[in-house]
Amino acid sequence: MSQTNFSPWDDPNGKPLIRFDNVTKKFGEFVAIDDLTLDIYEREFFALLGPSGCGKTTMMRMLAGFEDPTSGKMELAGKNIAGIPPNKRAVNMMFQSYALFPHLTVWDNIAFGLRRGGASKQQIEKRVEEMLTLTRMTKFARRKPHQISGGQRQRVALARSLAKAPKLLLLDEPLGALDKKLRQDTQFELMDIQESTGTTFVIVTHDQEEAMTVASRVAVMDEGRIIQVATPDRIYEAPNSVYVADFIGDVNIIEGTVKPAGEDLYYIDWNPNQAPLLAASERPFSDGQTAHLAIRPEKITISAEQPVEAKNTAKGSVLDIAYLGNLSTYYVQLDGGQVVKAQTANTRRLSRRSITWEDKVWISWSATAGVLLDR
Amino acid sequence: MNIRRFILIAVPYAWLLALFFIPFFIVFKISLSDLALAIPPYSPTVKDGIFNMLSAFDFENFTFLASDDLYWKAYLSSLKIALISTIFAVIVGYPMAYGMARAPDEWRPTLMMLVILPFWTSFLIRVYAWVGILSNEGLLNQLLLWLGLIDAPLTIMNTTTAVYIGIVYTYLPFMILPIYAALDRLDESLIEAAEDLGCSRTKAFWLVTVPLSRNGIIAGCFLVFIPALGEFVIPSLLGGSGTLMIGKVLFEEFFNNRDWPVASAVAVVLLLILIVPITLFQRNQQRQAEADT
Repeated sequence: MSQTNFSPWDDPNGKPLIRFDNVTKKFGEFVAIDDLTLDIYEREFFALLGPSGCGKTTMMRMLAGFEDPTSGKMELAGKNIAGIPPNKRAVNMMFQSYALFPHLTVWDNIAFGLRRGGASKQQIEKRVEEMLTLTRMTKFARRKPHQISGGQRQRVALARSLAKAPKLLLLDEPLGALDKKLRQDTQFELMDIQESTGTTFVIVTHDQEEAMTVASRVAVMDEGRIIQVATPDRIYEAPNSVYVADFIGDVNIIEGTVKPAGEDLYYIDWNPNQAPLLAASERPFSDGQTAHLAIRPEKITISAEQPVEAKNTAKGSVLDIAYLGNLSTYYVQLDGGQVVKAQTANTRRLSRRSITWEDKVWISWSATAGVLLDR
Repeated sequence: MNIRRFILIAVPYAWLLALFFIPFFIVFKISLSDLALAIPPYSPTVKDGIFNMLSAFDFENFTFLASDDLYWKAYLSSLKIALISTIFAVIVGYPMAYGMARAPDEWRPTLMMLVILPFWTSFLIRVYAWVGILSNEGLLNQLLLWLGLIDAPLTIMNTTTAVYIGIVYTYLPFMILPIYAALDRLDESLIEAAEDLGCSRTKAFWLVTVPLSRNGIIAGCFLVFIPALGEFVIPSLLGGSGTLMIGKVLFEEFFNNRDWPVASAVAVVLLLILIVPITLFQRNQQRQAEADT
């Protein structure tokens, strides 16, 4: 994987493949996309993530050409694409329902787009065989879509949308119809195909795990706006708002008032019964400002005795334990009443759990474990 | 368990036997006998004894049908009229079905109602209404004259054109409903996929919508073609004496000439002709059922 150094979005001279410029889309009174600006670069695997109704599908349909923006500009490779019908765009889409033509065989489904392009018979045959090999569907070329399994249909849909070698491939919940195990295998397959073809992928999903796995960058959307665009690790470790922190993964949010405590360090007064918390933040906060401290459960240590080293400690009792196999999540009720989740990895087999229900415990974390957020 | 199953299967078969096979055998038996001045107007009958009756049977009436060119001309003309009417019914019915399937959800029940509504009045009255529309002094000619599009009334009544209009009008719902059912099931994203892969709207219609509604079109064609072939009321009311259709010939043989044996022979041959499309139709239905599972 050579993705470690792939970051065209950090290059100030980089030219985006797709550019949304203050795009707004309204359906009647309903604002589906609200003044959205976004750049997507070539060879990116870009994920649009959000709850249903957040506008991610509308964005994708605008890119495909099924919807036109109400206002604003949309560019593909430097050209304004507003008003260009879907059949004239170098963009292909893989539909959520796969939309395979039931009256055509797998082979003819894949060849469908190529035949519209005016390629010669030999070229079409060569390209279809290539696509069949890529998606490991050669054996099923003569079958009709209703004669193959869901996972195979998904691969045919992918082969069909890639056959024309589009500049941009749109994937609308491509793995939504597959069961969990198959979905995980397919995610890596998708990444491999994306890398080997060098196509720019834009994927729409509501499954945050899927977005984190496949994408080079993730855009978290809500109510027609993009809340944050960043690499998966930045989205997870440095969310820019409580919404993003809460949407991606599990998080504890502690609300309090800020008091400066040195360079990039702040105290948070959050509970009269507990000591103030110490948190590092590059984002400046003013004295007395209300802030939210977001801490991931796995960054909180749980122990029976009071830890000496830790910057932040709090006392409480175990309310509930969720055993997930690889992990255990402890729900600790602090003396102030708030419940905090702390996670530990079950790295040893057959170990007796040292902490159980109703136990008095201490939770602790370092100053840099949490993210201080103003909204 | 087995008895229950037997009864379940027996009921439709008994129905078929009583209402189709027995009447058909009676008609077939009459077609093998000769015209007689008696009641019933043919001989031999069962009264002459079974053996005498069976030995007197012959295929004279069928050879007569083949020798007189009136009959095969009537058959051919019926086939032609039924075929052309079916084609027109597709041309008129498909856009209507397409429009219904594309209409907003709240409109669909109303549109469906409008298609079915004519069945609530008598078929005969509706055909008579066309006389009032198509005749020389009829509504259509009055309108065209008033608009100044024509100087003299058009002769539509008592021509084959009137028969086409009548048949297409009468059987249109049978064309619209199966096509509508096929189009209604069509997934909108298939059209979008076709457009996404480089089809224009028109091209997507021909490459995706039409092939996927094929079964509906075929079902509609049979539902129009089969009754149109033996149609009697429409050609006799709208077609006048100039239109030759086998249904009319059958009626005249039976009621005007009182030649029951020849009329029966005409009916038997008509049924044999119809068996071909009916078999094809059933095979299509079966294949469609298989494709759906």
